[in-house]
Amino acid sequence: MSGFRIRNGLRTDAARPLTFRFDGRIYTGCLGDTLASALLANGVTLMGRSFKYHRPRGLLSAGSEEPNALVELRSGARREPNTRPPLVELYQGLEACSQNRWPSLRFDALSVNQWAAPFLVAGFYYKTFMWPRRFWRTVYEPLIRHAAGLGRASEDPDPDTYEQAHLTTDVLVVGGGVAGLTAARAAAAAGARVVLAEETAWLGGRAVLDRERIDGAPAEAWVAATAAELEADPKVRVLTRTVVAGLYDHGTARAVERVADHLPTPPNGWPRQRAWTIRAKATVVAAGGHERPLVFPDNDRPGVMLAAAARDYLTGWGVAAGHRVVVATNNDDAYRTAHLLAGAGVDVAAVLDARTAPGPAPARAAATGLTVLPGTVPAGVIGTKRVKAVDVLEPASGGGERIRCDALLVSGGWNPAVHLTTHLGAAPVWSDALQSFVPTLPADGPVLAAGLAAGHLSLPDCLASGRQAGADAAARTGHAGDPGPLPAADAQAEAPIQALWSVPASGPAFVDPQNDVTVKDLVLAQRENYASIEHTKRYTTLGMATDQGKIATVTGIGIVAGLRRVAPAAVGTTTYRPPYTPVALGTFAGHAVGLHHQPVRRTALHDWHTRNGATFTEAGQWLRPQIYGHPGESLFDATMREVRTVRSAAGICDVSTLGKIDVFGPDAAMFLNRLYINGFAKLPVGKARYGLMLREDGFAFDDGTVSRLADDHFFVTTTTANAGPVLAHMEFAHECLWPDLDVALCSATEQWCSIAVAGPQARKVLVRALPAFDLSSDALPFMGVRAGRQDGVAARVFRISFSGELAYEIGVPWGAGEALWTRLLEVGQEFGITPYGTEALGVMRIEKGHPAGPELDGRTMAQDLNLGRMMKKTGDYIGQALALHRAARDANRPVLVGLKPVQPEARLRAGAHLLDPAAPRTLDHALGWVSSCQYSPECGHWIALGFLRGGHGPDGASRRVTAAFPLKDEWVEAEVVGPCFVDPEGSRQHA
Amino acid sequence: MLRIPCPCCGLRDEAEFTYGGAADVVRPADPNDAAGFADYVYFRTNPQGWHREYWHHAQGCRRWIKVVRHTVTHQIHAAGWPQDDLPLPAGPER
Repeated sequence: MSGFRIRNGLRTDAARPLTFRFDGRIYTGCLGDTLASALLANGVTLMGRSFKYHRPRGLLSAGSEEPNALVELRSGARREPNTRPPLVELYQGLEACSQNRWPSLRFDALSVNQWAAPFLVAGFYYKTFMWPRRFWRTVYEPLIRHAAGLGRASEDPDPDTYEQAHLTTDVLVVGGGVAGLTAARAAAAAGARVVLAEETAWLGGRAVLDRERIDGAPAEAWVAATAAELEADPKVRVLTRTVVAGLYDHGTARAVERVADHLPTPPNGWPRQRAWTIRAKATVVAAGGHERPLVFPDNDRPGVMLAAAARDYLTGWGVAAGHRVVVATNNDDAYRTAHLLAGAGVDVAAVLDARTAPGPAPARAAATGLTVLPGTVPAGVIGTKRVKAVDVLEPASGGGERIRCDALLVSGGWNPAVHLTTHLGAAPVWSDALQSFVPTLPADGPVLAAGLAAGHLSLPDCLASGRQAGADAAARTGHAGDPGPLPAADAQAEAPIQALWSVPASGPAFVDPQNDVTVKDLVLAQRENYASIEHTKRYTTLGMATDQGKIATVTGIGIVAGLRRVAPAAVGTTTYRPPYTPVALGTFAGHAVGLHHQPVRRTALHDWHTRNGATFTEAGQWLRPQIYGHPGESLFDATMREVRTVRSAAGICDVSTLGKIDVFGPDAAMFLNRLYINGFAKLPVGKARYGLMLREDGFAFDDGTVSRLADDHFFVTTTTANAGPVLAHMEFAHECLWPDLDVALCSATEQWCSIAVAGPQARKVLVRALPAFDLSSDALPFMGVRAGRQDGVAARVFRISFSGELAYEIGVPWGAGEALWTRLLEVGQEFGITPYGTEALGVMRIEKGHPAGPELDGRTMAQDLNLGRMMKKTGDYIGQALALHRAARDANRPVLVGLKPVQPEARLRAGAHLLDPAAPRTLDHALGWVSSCQYSPECGHWIALGFLRGGHGPDGASRRVTAAFPLKDEWVEAEVVGPCFVDPEGSRQHA
Repeated sequence: MLRIPCPCCGLRDEAEFTYGGAADVVRPADPNDAAGFADYVYFRTNPQGWHREYWHHAQGCRRWIKVVRHTVTHQIHAAGWPQDDLPLPAGPER
């Protein structure tokens, strides 16, 4: 080991070296290292460039709050930007790259930004890129786009899988430090089921890294014993490498487990990460805290590190932050760093204690040979890519000195990690003792806090609060057993912290290092009256980086309080929102990607369609045959062939995707009367009727056929898209509006395979396929329905027509669908039958003027669809009142019309606006729109349906409009005609 | 995520349900009462506090249910069938 590794750490195994690459160079770490500790051990201190000024940056922290040393991890499709090295566990062959630098980390072209810093203050973007206006597209936007962002995300599909899993428990404990472990142990002892989630791979937290003793033994021994105890308890589940990202209503927590991120690639069958939805009756937040950096000029130089992080690297990984270090603090905690580093043989040049009344800590330190400079602060750093010396200032005297060092370890006090405690709305409150915010939680609520997260600094307090919170949480879930003993620990009394929000010295002093927010920016925001901390945050981007303000927010609040001359409590906090740390998007998608993005619904005939050349189109989740193309045939040609064959011979179409609902009960007819605009009470058994239903606001909702199979049994069809919504609507009407009606509803969409047979030869085909049915026009006239059996299989024949031809729809049980389909094709062969898809279906329905999805778009009323005559005059039905309301009877509403081009070869397009040909070509003069459009082989030209103010005018009067499609610069003159282009008398369907 | 006590299925996740809007609005009996229907369709009180509302257990028993939920805290006080008269908790709205 070279560089700064001075011994084996608690977590490392120096006997098992691992090699890895950073910016292409090969380095060696060892088993148990993180990328952060391994780089530090190799003497790498320059790890990244800052967001705005591209200043050189190194490690600040040893946790997920790291704002500076962000790297791109892995390569190719697995490249992940903005990864935080302290959380990255080293594996053999790991690849990482620094980011936000060009051409290299050591020489970065955009670092000139820092010399322009006086101009790049808060609000710079808003103020600078305003004028001249034409510069925006050509100069400013390309410039900003080039400079924007930190790391590069992979542009390839993510090769890994993500799992979504669920856990139900009594108590969820967030954090595996000693407070969390004690809470988990107490809750389990009291009888509760417990899930404990720890963000890192290691249990024990600060107590282990601070070399504390619990129950008379080193903390790591107590942690190991407690972990083993929890492991052995079947009521307890411990999840390491699992961050709880958010707490939600009713005890729901979302956590992400890094299942395989510590391995080169996930082993076969493993997900990369697992998103847990944890339902807990009570949650103990024991998430610890984050140390605050000090704010002074050039406090962002590589080598400036949090004091606690320095002892983490020493204890956990045997790595010293520097050869000769200076510690700067305003509290007692940082003395731990000085003592531990000095004890490990590191040269601790001085401890700068900013306090005027520092208590006994300086004397104790001096007694061990440390140099303490009371009443001093760091006022500047010498060195750019590495700390070379620190300028020490004694504010009281104005005097100072320069101390040579290669690391400056700073502590501004501790912020409890209150984030999760606030997700459900509890606001944290200011604590003078901590000079930070602590949680306030309702005494009987489902969220509790323990340890440092609750504001406890000393080990005995953390253990006691953990045990108490664990016992309370268990009791709130009905488990009031004995929580077991309180672990014993000692602590020295600590002198109070003295607030030090920023050092008054000139130079760039960073509050939020990741977003390059300086004290000067906060001053400017106050001067420009962005006084509210929420406004300050957004104007300066304070706390808006990927660390979510863990480093900067409280310090920023302290500085703003000073500028506004109020107490920090009066400034208040910004809102802490989930996720607690950045979460991979893949965890939200889980398995719902690619083919599994949503379920695919296939009809009973799907395999036949596939085998017989169908091209499929998506209809919601359904796959429907679009055409059955012949080799070399275009979509248009196949459609035309299918239409011509149906209109001249016969065709067969899979219409199983239409929604089907059985309505049973003595009040079924009355129920349907209240749902549809037209009446069903008088519909005889064995007859079908077209029906239109409205929403309660009077607009058309859905249409279909209603067939009466028995006095108390109706069979309703819906459009494919609305099968679900119509059933929910009917269920609402039944259960919430008219529960007194005796009806029962049942979806039958997937029970019946429906096949349409259409064309002049349809009856001949059907007679051969269904000899058990009397299909003569007398026995089964248009809109007739017969139910029976063919060869022992239930079958229903509906004589209904969407194409306008002589047509039938046959329903058989789903499983019998393919047998009937192939039989129909077999017997239909001599009549020239063809299967046809949705394209041909669409052409024929437009030729007949039947409304479909584009016409039932939620903005049209029955009257607009020329169906006003169907509306019952008596009785109440959904939507009636508002459909008949005066505004709805506005004679100037656009109504359904047919359109044909005046020039026969001209093409109409769906979506075109209909304009008055005499008026200027602007949308101000739009009279309507084209909703559906197709080429009609029967007419020999394009035809369209559309909605037009004034309709097609009085009978006989010719009216022309311009169908405008400005995107393609098309202005087609069209003649307004009736919406039915083919066989308007309906003689074919009645044949 | 809310957890809704379906009177048929027990405590289930919000993801199984579809929100159905305010339950206290009453559909006018008179189909000619256009103003009443306009109120029924368009006007809601949007309270900050307890709220009776419909939920459809679409991915469960498919029953419509009535729930008393606090619109600020999301606390659910009671759940029942659409015809159940579910009293609001006593005391201040928040």
